Amino acid sequence: MISIKNLNKSYKMGDSSLHVLKGIDLQVEEGELVAIMGSSGSGKSTLLNILGMLDLADEGEYRLDNVLIKDLTETTAANYRNQFLGFVFQSFNLINYKNALENVALPLYYQGFGRKIRQQKALEYLEKVGLKEWATHLPSELSGGQKQRVAIARAMASQPKVLLADEPTGALDSKTSNEVMALIQKINQEGKTILVVTHELDIAHMCKRIVTLKDGVIVEDKKVDQIIVDTNVQ
Amino acid sequence: MFNRDRWQEIFQTIRKNRLRTFLSGFTVALGIFIFIVLFGFGNGLKNSFEQFFLDDATNTLWVYPGLTSKPYQGYKANRRIEFENKDLKDIKDNFNFFLEGITPRINRNITVSYRGESDNYLTRGVAPSHQYIEKTIMMKGRFLHQDDVKYQTKVVVIGRLVAEDLFKEENPIGKFLEIGSSAFKVVGVFQDQSGDREERLIYMPYTTRQLLEKNSDKIDNFIVSFRPEIGYASAMAFERQLRLFLKEKKSIDPRDNNGIRIRNVADQLKQNQKFARVLQIIVTFVGLGTLIAGIIGISNIMVFVVKERTRELGVRKALGATPKSVIAMVLQESIFITTLSGIFGMLSGIALLTNIQDQLERFFIIDPYIDTLTATLATLLLILFGGIAGYIPAKRAARIKPIVALRDE
Repeated sequence: MISIKNLNKSYKMGDSSLHVLKGIDLQVEEGELVAIMGSSGSGKSTLLNILGMLDLADEGEYRLDNVLIKDLTETTAANYRNQFLGFVFQSFNLINYKNALENVALPLYYQGFGRKIRQQKALEYLEKVGLKEWATHLPSELSGGQKQRVAIARAMASQPKVLLADEPTGALDSKTSNEVMALIQKINQEGKTILVVTHELDIAHMCKRIVTLKDGVIVEDKKVDQIIVDTNVQ
Repeated sequence: MFNRDRWQEIFQTIRKNRLRTFLSGFTVALGIFIFIVLFGFGNGLKNSFEQFFLDDATNTLWVYPGLTSKPYQGYKANRRIEFENKDLKDIKDNFNFFLEGITPRINRNITVSYRGESDNYLTRGVAPSHQYIEKTIMMKGRFLHQDDVKYQTKVVVIGRLVAEDLFKEENPIGKFLEIGSSAFKVVGVFQDQSGDREERLIYMPYTTRQLLEKNSDKIDNFIVSFRPEIGYASAMAFERQLRLFLKEKKSIDPRDNNGIRIRNVADQLKQNQKFARVLQIIVTFVGLGTLIAGIIGISNIMVFVVKERTRELGVRKALGATPKSVIAMVLQESIFITTLSGIFGMLSGIALLTNIQDQLERFFIIDPYIDTLTATLATLLLILFGGIAGYIPAKRAARIKPIVALRDE
């Protein structure tokens, strides 16, 4: 599903430049649930941003579902993001003046679906994350865990090939973290490829594979026994 | 532009962000409103200005006699100068090239009565060309004729208010008025735009007035009108020559400025027009200033709005919004708001001006107005700049990488 070879990325900081990714090779098959671990500054977020086409690599090859991602204009990047990728952010990034349903429907709007279909599909995904009853509530009326579940529903609504989650539990307590991870595991079991960036070991162990980054290189890449979270997601 | 979904998206952002919408709309509406009201007031000032100065014919010299201040050719100083009929004839003979008309004035306050109604009125002995110089408008009958002057007929032309006072509902034409101890036939009724004072006048042939005063040939003063096509410079030259001519004729020291006074309306007009132009420049300047202030206001708000929405726009981009759609959304929203509130401000400004009419006459503002072209142009300008002010930050926001926009603060 994802194939990257010799990925390099550096940031210019005034006169000096900071080499963040130093030749990353990574293969992710369809249906995998991969945790990308590392301390801050290890390059894990940069890697995720490049995978998410939110940022461009300086060097290296990136294929997503056998499509070579290269020389993207802003517009094609936007279209690829819309078709291939779903994002979940640490700080949820819901649009605060839109209710849960409208937030979930937004990527469908950019995919060009009509209003009725958008609403119907959005409601379907809200139901999947157990928040159908909260459809008309604004983000400010939802708890942190609920917000993240709305964000996950929004990421799923465009039926992406890959779900990218950047510290999805970073802003949540352990109980709601578990709820969110349970939801991610459930979506993964349905066959979706998911990458989770985290710095928490217990969250990483809820995935099937852990890739550890340090100073811009992969220092460890191992399959793990997945800890299935046993929480009742309504 | 006519995408129903996008309009729904815009209406939702407008509805859900009332303060923001109100602020930007209010700035635009206020800017255009103030511009229109100020501009209208400026035009109102100009209107009253024109009413003050442009009532009488402007190609005239008003000649008054005075007291000499210098002894000359055996005459002592402080001699009173007098004009007589012969002076008029000499001017006609000598300045035929410049001359259009000439009329004397002999003013007398006399009791006038008609069938028991009587009052004191100013009667004025004049020549027929006085009608043109004073811009007298005939309502009924006719003005004085050359024959009235020639044959010293006892006819009068009375002002509108004289007719109202003495004749009430009756038609004054053909009736006889008792003026002093003589009967005068009314041949015309006039009105004058200068106001009530002018409409309480009674005109009679100056020769008739002189006949009643023991056939004298004295006149109080006289008004000369010159052909307008001779131009400003020639008019000034004419004034100089006329002054010299009269001084020589009346044996006044050429350096004595007090024997004869000449008021040149053309010269006054020129200065007044200069004043009116300065007024227009000030009005335009103030109007432009207001407009620029409005543009800066809307620009500030648009920058603020886009800044506030940076994160939202980043989210939209992450969800697949193209830069074009982001710009279009911000721009369409801002143009929609500025257009709507711009038109609202324009219409309420025009409505205010229309309602004022002459209510501000005390402040020398009469019939303030703004022409539709200027109003529309100013509104369009504000909308255009509102659009540009929205476009620049929107474009920048659309170019920001989503990760930058989404970075946790």
